[in-house]
Amino acid sequence: MTLDLHGLDAFCEWLAATPVSETIQTVDWIIPAVQTVHILCVAAVMSSVLIVDLRLLGVFARSLTVAGILRRFLPFIWWPLPLLLVTGATLIVAEPKRALENPVFLLKMALLLAAAGITLACQLPLRRNPAFWNEGSEHRGAAALVALCSLPLWIGIVFAGRWIAYVQVG
Amino acid sequence: MLPGLLAWLQDLPVAVAIREGDTLFPWIECLHVLALTLVIGSIAIVDLRLVGLASRERSVAEITALALPITWSAFVLAAITGGLLFASNASVYAGNRYFQVKVLLILLAGLNMGLYHLLSRGRTAKWRTSGQTPRSARVAGGLSLILWISIAACGRWIGFTINAPT
Repeated sequence: MTLDLHGLDAFCEWLAATPVSETIQTVDWIIPAVQTVHILCVAAVMSSVLIVDLRLLGVFARSLTVAGILRRFLPFIWWPLPLLLVTGATLIVAEPKRALENPVFLLKMALLLAAAGITLACQLPLRRNPAFWNEGSEHRGAAALVALCSLPLWIGIVFAGRWIAYVQVG
Repeated sequence: MLPGLLAWLQDLPVAVAIREGDTLFPWIECLHVLALTLVIGSIAIVDLRLVGLASRERSVAEITALALPITWSAFVLAAITGGLLFASNASVYAGNRYFQVKVLLILLAGLNMGLYHLLSRGRTAKWRTSGQTPRSARVAGGLSLILWISIAACGRWIGFTINAPT
């Protein structure tokens, strides 16, 4: 085992022994309640992602412009993120090793970074040209590519989230 | 009769495979979670419009046409995967209080939706702007939001009251 992991072990043990962590561990309802809030935020993100990506692919809601769909649903991808981070962090404080030493958790965070990057890439061109993704523009192929990368990434995040519970650590 | 039915269900080959396999249960659970996030998220789009908190510049009919195909497809997936998870340990789930409440709440959410559709048939396209959803539609939207949030919470509590990874 590397020195690094010893450091992480020590950190996890320290964190798990703090009063905050002990409170979360001993009060029955906190973890399921926090997970419920977490999953409701995931619901907002995933539904918005699906609508945006299906529209980028051109298979859904074609009576609405891509720019219009993005304007409406991108906030529901970004806004829940702080709450997801806070609830996720609460779960980590409760059981630090369960997440921090879990390869599936690290995979989830990597996928999250990639998905956030793609979402930004989809959003930024609209600053200069609101019609960037619209029908008939030369960017239709790029739009479909963005959607085809984005959707599996976000679904992977959800799946990884569930698998954290099944991958035994330590 | 019910105990016999539950025993028969969990002795089905598919139920045994899910119960005894190492990875089948978590994979089905992944699909269940994905499906339920899409059910709740898409129906919340409609509910928030009905209550008057979002999408007020679009008609209820437009919002419904956008969101409900997702709601229904995802609900079918959630019901199938939920049914498989249930079958894998039917008598234990059936005896779990949170599971019983969850099923009841899903039925109530369906009843709420059915009543709303019956009462508002053909009128939604006319509710163009804010304040124009009638009180019955606002009540239906608010009830639906509360019911689905509670359904998600029950689902999580089932996991913590049954001996399984959470």
